[in-house]
Formats: sequence, structure tokens, C-alpha cells
Amino acid sequence: MNLLEYFARHHREILQATLEHVWLVGIAMLLAVAVGVPLGVLVARQPWLARPILGGANIAETIPSLALFGFLLPVPWLGDRAERIAIAALALYALLPIIRNTAAGITGVDRAIRDAARGMGMTEWQILFQVELPLSFSTMLAGIRVATVLTVGIATIAAAVGAGGLGEFIFRGLAMVNNQLILAGAIPAALLALIADFLLGVCERRLQPARS
Amino acid sequence: MSSETKRTAGRSSLPDAHPVIEFRHASYQLPDGRALLRDLNLAVERGETLVLLGRSGAGKSTALKLINRMLEPSDGAVLVEGRSTLEGDPIELRRRIGYVIQEVGLFPHFTVEQNISLLPRLEHWPDERIRARVAELLQLVGLSEAEFLHRYPHQLSGGQRQRVGVARALAADPPILLMDEPFGALDPLTRAEVQCEFQDLQRRLKKTIVIVTHHVAEALLLGDHIGVIDAGALVGLHTPKDFMSATEPVTAAYTANVRMFEKLEAPE
Ligand SMILES: Nc1ncnc2c1ncn2[C@@H]1O[C@H](COP(=O)(O)OP(=O)(O)OP(=O)(O)O)[C@@H](O)[C@H]1O
Ligand SMILES: [Mg+2]
Repeated sequence: MNLLEYFARHHREILQATLEHVWLVGIAMLLAVAVGVPLGVLVARQPWLARPILGGANIAETIPSLALFGFLLPVPWLGDRAERIAIAALALYALLPIIRNTAAGITGVDRAIRDAARGMGMTEWQILFQVELPLSFSTMLAGIRVATVLTVGIATIAAAVGAGGLGEFIFRGLAMVNNQLILAGAIPAALLALIADFLLGVCERRLQPARS
Repeated sequence: MSSETKRTAGRSSLPDAHPVIEFRHASYQLPDGRALLRDLNLAVERGETLVLLGRSGAGKSTALKLINRMLEPSDGAVLVEGRSTLEGDPIELRRRIGYVIQEVGLFPHFTVEQNISLLPRLEHWPDERIRARVAELLQLVGLSEAEFLHRYPHQLSGGQRQRVGVARALAADPPILLMDEPFGALDPLTRAEVQCEFQDLQRRLKKTIVIVTHHVAEALLLGDHIGVIDAGALVGLHTPKDFMSATEPVTAAYTANVRMFEKLEAPE
């Protein structure tokens, strides 16, 4: 039985697993953006918070993914369901690039532009929302893009704690020493990563602030 | 000058007895203790234009920034309409003070129209009034509405950008205007034109203005008073009339410079 036949025969399951995968990554990314962007703003605004915040996100990044899933198992509420663990772990991984790029985007805004905004009597919030964040969008999106691609890959390991996704095929294939099964998980995961990378890349270029 | 300060434009309930802008022994030091401005004493009456002239690095921009509280004096006080800039809300203070920064600092993600209309929008002017105001301002600074309204800053020349910067500072019709080398990037011909238009504008609008410049001719043309700043201190304050006969060394150096060019023009 060749690979194509295998894919044809199991397209339902593969599609199902792909959707699970997208769901895990999607929710994790939403969470990571919701937490990471404000943290990035804090890092840019309060230099004394930069070390603890970036340091913390850095540590999360260095924990081996399988271990991180394991660490989260005993956490109350989170540990109750496999998907919660998976989403929390993925969001943690996605955090660092998002925080770092948001901060870089904001601190990268030309001083003259900030001065002009301040000088004309804009409040700090108005400067943030109408000037700094819009001018940082493309840098922020570059971080989100890196994080998404990273997360699509790591999400395959979520299957180890029973959270589903394309990792199911990979783990089963490994256990049964079945390459087709492994590829049934790996190929869609790779495609997902490529598609996410492409789409977010397009958005990123669209949002590129016009510069002379 | 101050005899015609009857006109208060109903803006301030304060009597016109005191100047609109006043430096009282104002100093500004960096955190490391280096003094950028020392014991500055100056007053600008309502409707008057003060030009600050001085070498690069003399402290002119720093002086401007003390007026709208971009910087706070480390000693002495700066008063705007009779109140120390440190009293009250800096946002409110800045909304009454148009500010053209040296680097222009247009918002690159906004069109010309959006740049100019930002403050009126923040102040919730009705759309119709904003549109009319933008058109009026573009005309004032000599940019065609049809051509420039929807351009982004990166699609403008340096001089055009500066003019948009001036229009933006004037947008909400502030009674006070601070301009840091507003015409620096203009070619001499356009510069002369814009200066004349600006002079006209000054006469009509009667705003209280502080302009920073390197150009003596500009100072003589636009200033009611010319303050010469050198190494963080005010070394001379003159009307254009007595500027040319001033004797203190820094000012004399400027006038010598002007005379040199006059000689070039009229060699006989
Ligand atoms: N934040 C700062 N840190 C250190 N030095 C500063 C700072 N701001 C200004 N200076 C210094 O203070 C001095 C006065 O600066 P300022 O910008 O007021 O000069 P200026 O008269 O406007 O000069 P120019 O004509 O070149 O614009 C300069 O020597 C400048 O290097
Ligand atoms: Mg300056």
C-alpha cells in the first residue's frame, strides 16, 4: 500500500486530526497574543520589567516540550483535561517571540515621531494605540509568525498527553514502526506550518509601515 | 508692541498684565548635572513673536521644550499664561501650544490629511469642520489639496513635509505656537515665500510665537524680539531694529556675518 492510497483511505481521520491541530495552535496563539502583546508593551515602557519578563519567557522556551507537558499535568484545572495542558504549554512557547517583537517594534518607533505625538498633547494611551502599536504591527506580526510555525511543530507532541492533533499519527507510527503512519501526521503538520508562514508573511508585508 | 495687547481673543480669563510666556531664572540640567540652560529670563507678550537665534547645540530646542513641558526646569520656573508649566495637566497645556519639532516627526502611517486632522479628531470636532480646516491649512502652507491630501509622508519632499508639520501644529488653532526651525529644509526661494506668507499669517492670527532659527535674515524678518542664546545662556535680547547695532560679541558676530553678505551684494 503506497502513501497516497493510505492518505486516501484515511482522509477522514487525517482531516479530523488536522482540524484538532489547527484548533490547538489557534487557541494557543490567541492566548499568547493576548498575554504577549501587553507584556511586550510593558517591556518597552518599563525597562526595569524587561529582565524579569523576558527572562521568564526565555526559561519557558528552554524547557523541553515533553517535560513542559509533564510539568503542567499536576496543575489544578489545567491538568484536568489534556487539551488545556497542550494549549497552555503551546502558548508559553509562543510567548517569547511575541513579547520580544512587540517590545522591539515599540522601541523602534522613531523618537521624533514620539516627541511630535507627545508635544501635540496626545496622552500616553493615545500614543500607544494610535502611533506606537500601528507602527509596530509588522514587527509584531513577524514575531507571531515565528511563534505560530514553532507552535505547529510542537503541537505534534501534545498527542503524548492525549490532546489529539496530528501527533497522534506520529506517536502511533513510532510505536508500530510504521512510516506511513508517521508521515500521515508529519506531512500535514509541515504543510500547516508552511501555510501559516505564508499567510502571516503576506499580512506582515501588507502592514509594513510606509517608510521613506 | 504691548500697547496693542488688548486683544485677548476671549481665550484666557487672565488679565493681559503678564506675558503669555515667561522664563524666570529657568535652568535645565541633565541628570548627570550638565547644564543645558542657565538662568534664562525672558518674556513673550501676547501676539508677539520671539525668535531664538544661536549656534547648533546652544540650547534653543531645549528652551522650547521647557515651554510645553516636554522638559521640566530643574531650577526657576517657566510660566505660560501666568501659570507655572508644572501646575496643571501637561496634556491640556500642550493642546493649547502648537509645536513644530525640528525633525518634523510626521506620522508615517497617516496621510497628510490624517496627520493634520489628528488633534481636531482627538478633540472631537465635527467631520465637516475638520475637512474645512484641513483644506484651509493646506492652502495656508501652500500645498495643493488635490495633490497632497492623500499622500503619505514618505511621498513628500523634505520641504513639503515641513509645511505639513506647520499645518499640523496650527490645526487646532492654538493661541501659542512653538516652531523649531520650521523652514530649515526649504530652498531659499520657497523659504522666502513661506516666510512672507508666515509673516502675513502672524499679522492676521496674532498668535504668540517662539521660533528657533539659525538664519539671521529670518530672525530679522519674523521676530518682534530676537533672543541670542549661546552655550545655554541668553546673551542678548533685541528688537530687529537695534539688533544690527548690538555690541555683545555673539550678536556682533551675527551682524558681521550679515554685513559681509550685504557687501557681496553691493560691492560699490
Ligand atoms: N537628552 C540629552 N542628553 C544629553 N545631551 C543632550 C540631550 N538633549 C540635548 N543635549 C545637548 O544639549 C545641548 C543643547 O541642545 P539643543 O537641542 O537645545 O540645541 P539647539 O540649540 O537646539 O541646537 P541645534 O541648532 O543644533 O538644533 C547640545 O549640546 C546637546 O548635545
Ligand atoms: Mg535644536
